[in-house]
Amino acid sequence: MIETTIEVSAPAPRSRSWRGRLYAWYLSSDALKGFTLLSPTLLVMGFTMCIPFGIMVVMSFWTQIGFEFDTVFTLGNYAEAIEKPVYRALLLRSLTISSICTVVTVLVSYPMAYYVAFHVRKRKMAWIILMTVPFFSSYLLRIFAWKVILGYNGVINSGLKGLGLIEQPLAFLLYSPTAVVITLAHAWAAFAILPIFISLEKIDRSLLEAATDLGDGPVKRFLGITLPLSMPGVIVASLMIFIPTVGDYVTPTLVGGPDGLMIANLIQAQFGLINNWPMGAALAFDMMLVVAVISLLYIWLTRKAMENIA
Amino acid sequence: MTDVAYIDRPNRPLYVYAIFYLAFLYIPVMFLPLFSFNDNIYITFPLKGFTIQWYVAMFKDQPMWAALNNSLRVGCVSSAIATLLGLFVAKAVTRYRIPGVKPIIFVIMLPMVVPLIIMGVALLILVTRLGFNLSLYTITMAHVLISVPFAMATLISRFEGFDPSMEEASSDLGAGPWSTFWRVTLPMVAPGVLASFLLCFTISFDDFIMAFFLGGTDPTLPIFIWGQLRFPFRLPGVLALGSLILIISFVVVFISLWLRRWGVEDTQSGI
Amino acid sequence: MTNNDAFVSLADVSKHFGSVVAVDHLSFTINSGEFFSLLGPSGCGKTTVLRMLGGFESPTTGEVYIDGVPMSEVPPHHRPTNMVFQNYAIFPHLNVRANIAYGLRYDKIEKAEVARRVEEALEMVKLPGFGKRRSNELSGGQRQRVALARALIKRPKVLLLDEPLGALDKKLREEMQLELRALQESVGITFIFVTHDQEEALTLSSRIAVMARGKALQVASPKDLYNHPVSVEVADFIGQMNFVKAQVMDVRNGEALLDTAGLGKITTSASSDFVRKGAAIIVAIRPEKLLLSAERGSDGRASVQGTIKTSTYLGDRNHIYVSVDGCEKPLAVATPEAQASGEKPLDRESTVWLSWADNALILLPHD
Repeated sequence: MIETTIEVSAPAPRSRSWRGRLYAWYLSSDALKGFTLLSPTLLVMGFTMCIPFGIMVVMSFWTQIGFEFDTVFTLGNYAEAIEKPVYRALLLRSLTISSICTVVTVLVSYPMAYYVAFHVRKRKMAWIILMTVPFFSSYLLRIFAWKVILGYNGVINSGLKGLGLIEQPLAFLLYSPTAVVITLAHAWAAFAILPIFISLEKIDRSLLEAATDLGDGPVKRFLGITLPLSMPGVIVASLMIFIPTVGDYVTPTLVGGPDGLMIANLIQAQFGLINNWPMGAALAFDMMLVVAVISLLYIWLTRKAMENIA
Repeated sequence: MTDVAYIDRPNRPLYVYAIFYLAFLYIPVMFLPLFSFNDNIYITFPLKGFTIQWYVAMFKDQPMWAALNNSLRVGCVSSAIATLLGLFVAKAVTRYRIPGVKPIIFVIMLPMVVPLIIMGVALLILVTRLGFNLSLYTITMAHVLISVPFAMATLISRFEGFDPSMEEASSDLGAGPWSTFWRVTLPMVAPGVLASFLLCFTISFDDFIMAFFLGGTDPTLPIFIWGQLRFPFRLPGVLALGSLILIISFVVVFISLWLRRWGVEDTQSGI
Repeated sequence: MTNNDAFVSLADVSKHFGSVVAVDHLSFTINSGEFFSLLGPSGCGKTTVLRMLGGFESPTTGEVYIDGVPMSEVPPHHRPTNMVFQNYAIFPHLNVRANIAYGLRYDKIEKAEVARRVEEALEMVKLPGFGKRRSNELSGGQRQRVALARALIKRPKVLLLDEPLGALDKKLREEMQLELRALQESVGITFIFVTHDQEEALTLSSRIAVMARGKALQVASPKDLYNHPVSVEVADFIGQMNFVKAQVMDVRNGEALLDTAGLGKITTSASSDFVRKGAAIIVAIRPEKLLLSAERGSDGRASVQGTIKTSTYLGDRNHIYVSVDGCEKPLAVATPEAQASGEKPLDRESTVWLSWADNALILLPHD
C-alpha cells in the first residue's frame, strides 16, 4: 500500500530532569558551546585590555598632586592638551611623520606585493616568508641598525668620507624627522606587503585577461582593474602602519633628536620624569581619538572615491 | 619565448625592483653582524680588523645572562598561554555558528593595531591601581595580550585547513570532547600550534615597549640592551648580542611561518 | 506496518539555521534492519536529518528516538549510531588499522580482541593487508571501505551513510552499491542512507523517504514509489514521467470518467479522495507503459494519434517524443532499441498511434 508520513502516535514523555534539560540545551546550542570556548580569551582580553583602557580614561579626568591623585572630575587635562602649543605641535608632527611614513611605505611596498602576486610562480611562499621575517625580528635592534647607518660617524658618513665624496659628515642624517621616517618605513614595510599581496592574489586572473581582450593596454588595465580591486588591501595596509606608528616612541627617542620627538615621547614622559599620570592618560586618549577619527575619515573617503570611480 | 599566459609574462624591471626591496629590508640589519666582528670600539668605516673579543666579553657578562634568562622565562610562559587562548578561539570561530563573532574577533585583533604605548600605559595604571608590584609577571601578562592576535590568526588559518568532519567522526566513534581534542584535533593542528608558539615567543622576546612600562627590577633582554645603548663603550657588545639575537629570531620566525603553511596543502590534497 | 517495529523515529522534527528552515515538521519511522534511504535534491534537508540522528545537529523542535530513547540529551559519542561521512573523514595522521580501531577504545575491549576484530573488519570490506597504509595512500573506493569498516566495527544499532558513493565514478559506484546491499543483509544493522541519486536509492533501499523543502513527500518502498507516487513532484523525481491535465467528469462505483487534455475521454478505476466530480487532476504515465505503433491497434486498448518530434538514443532503449494535440509537451515513449532500427523506420513528423493499458495510468492531485 501507499505509505505517507506516519505520525508517531505517542512520543515517550520527555523525561526531563533539570540537569538533563540544561545539558540538552547546551548540546543544541552552537552559540553556547562557542562562547564557552571563547570565554577564557575574552576574560583575559577584558582584564588586560578593556578594563585597563576604561581605568585609563577615568584617570584622564583626575589631577596629579605629588604622588597622589585628586579624583575630582575635571576636564583640565584635556583643556591643557588642546591649549598648550607644545602638545598640539607634537601631535601634529606625529601625524605628519606617520602619514609620510605610511604613504612612502605603501608606495614602496605595492610594486613588491604586485611582483610576488603576479610574477612569482614557484616558491611564492618562500618570498612571502622572506618579506615577513624581518617584521618579527627585534624592533629595537633594527632601529639600532639605522642609528649605526645614519650616525655622525656611521656607515653612510664614514663610507662617503672614505670614498672622498664629502669632507665633513652629513649632520642631517641622524636625529631628524627624516631619520624617523626612514626607520619607521623600514620597520613596517613587511607589514604593508601582506594585506596588499592578499588582495592582489584574490583578483581573478580572467578579469585581467578580459580587460586585455577588450583592448586595454597594461597601464589602463592596471588603473582600471588591478588598482581598484586591490584598494581594500591598500587601505588595510595603510591603517596597519599609520595607527601604530603615531604612537611609537622608541624610534623617535633613538634616531629622532629634538626635532624628531613625537607625541608618544611626551606621553611616556608623563609616566616617567614628569610624573603626571592623569595628564599622560588624557594625552593617550586624546591621541587615540584623533587617530580613530582620521582612520574612519580615511576609510570613508577612500570608499567614496571608489564609488565615484565605479 | 613564452610558455606562460599573457598576463603572467615576466617583468624584468619589477624583478630588479624586488631584489632592491629585499636588499633594503635585509642590508641595514646586516651591518650589526658586520661591525660585531670589527676590531674597533667605534662603529665606523673603514673596518679595522677581525675580532671575536666582543662575543667573548658578552659571554662573560653576568647581567646579560640574567636578562636572557628572564626573557626566556617570560617568552615561554606568555607564548604558551597565548597559544592556548588562540587555540580556543580558533576552534570556536571555525567550528560553531556564534552570533556576533565578527566584532569579537575585531576586539581580539585590536592589540595588533592599537599603539603599544596605549596598552602599556593602560596596563601600568591598572597594575598600580590594584597595588601589584611591577615584575616579570606583569610583563608576561602584557605579552599574552599582544601575542593573542597573532596566535589566533595563525591557528585559525590552520583550523580552516582541516575538515570539521574529522572531529565529528571522532565523536561519532565514541570519543568525548577531551578525547577528540587529544586524539584528533591536536595532532592535526600541531604544526599550527608550534608555529603559533614560536611566533608568540619571538614577539615576547623582542618586545621592548611593554617590558619598558611594566617591568620591575628584573630586566628582559631588550630592556638590558636599551640600558647598554647609553654607554658608547658598550655598543660593540650590543652589536655582538644583537647579531646573535637577530640570527636566532630570523631562524625561529622562518620556521614558524613555514610550519604555519606546511601540511595545510598536504591534508587538503589528501582528502 | 505498525509502530511496534519502529526503531528510529522522528517526531515532528524541525531544524532552523537562522531564518532558513532546513527540516520542517518531519515525522517518520524506520524499522529495525531496514535499508532506508533519504532521497532528494541538494538542500532538501536530508543531510540535516542524518546529522540530527548522529547528534551533530540538534532539532530546533521535536525529538529523535532511537530504540525508544529520546536523543536530545545524548551527545554523539554516546549514541548507538555510527556514520560514514561524505568525504569519509579518514584521520590522516593515523594508518588504516588505527583508524578502524579508533572507536574500540571506548568500548573497553581487550587488545587481542581489538586486533582480531580489526582484521575481521578489514576482511569484511575486502581490504586485508591494508592495515599499515595511510589515508593518502588509498584510492577513493578504498577510503570508503575503511570508513565503512571503522563505523561497522563499533556494531552500531544504526549506520548512517551520508552520500558515501557520491565521490566515486559511475562504475565503481555500481560495484559498491551491490557490496553495500550484501553487507547490510549480512550484518543486519539498520542502514540510513542519504543520496540525491534516485537510481541508487531504488537499487539499494527497502524503503525510501523522498524529501523536498525539509518535508517528506512520500515514504514508501521503491516499487510503490515508482508505481504509486502520491504527487506530481514525487512522480517527476523518480524516473521519467509524462503528465497530462485532466478533468473529472463523473465518478461511479470506483470508476472515474476523465476528460484529458490530449488523451481523450478515459474511464479508469479510481479510489483516491481527490478524484471528485469536477476536480482538476493530473494523469501520469510512464514512457515504458506507452506503446507505439504505425497503425491503430485492434486490441481495443485506448489509443491516440500523434506526430513524432524527436528521439533520444539511450543505448538499451530509445525515447521517442510524440506530440499529441492537446498535450502541453510531447509525450516520451520508451521503445526497445530494436524497434527503432526495425523494419519500419520511424521518421520525424510521421504519424503514429500511442496506446496504453488501463492500469498504466496514475492519477495525481493537481498541485
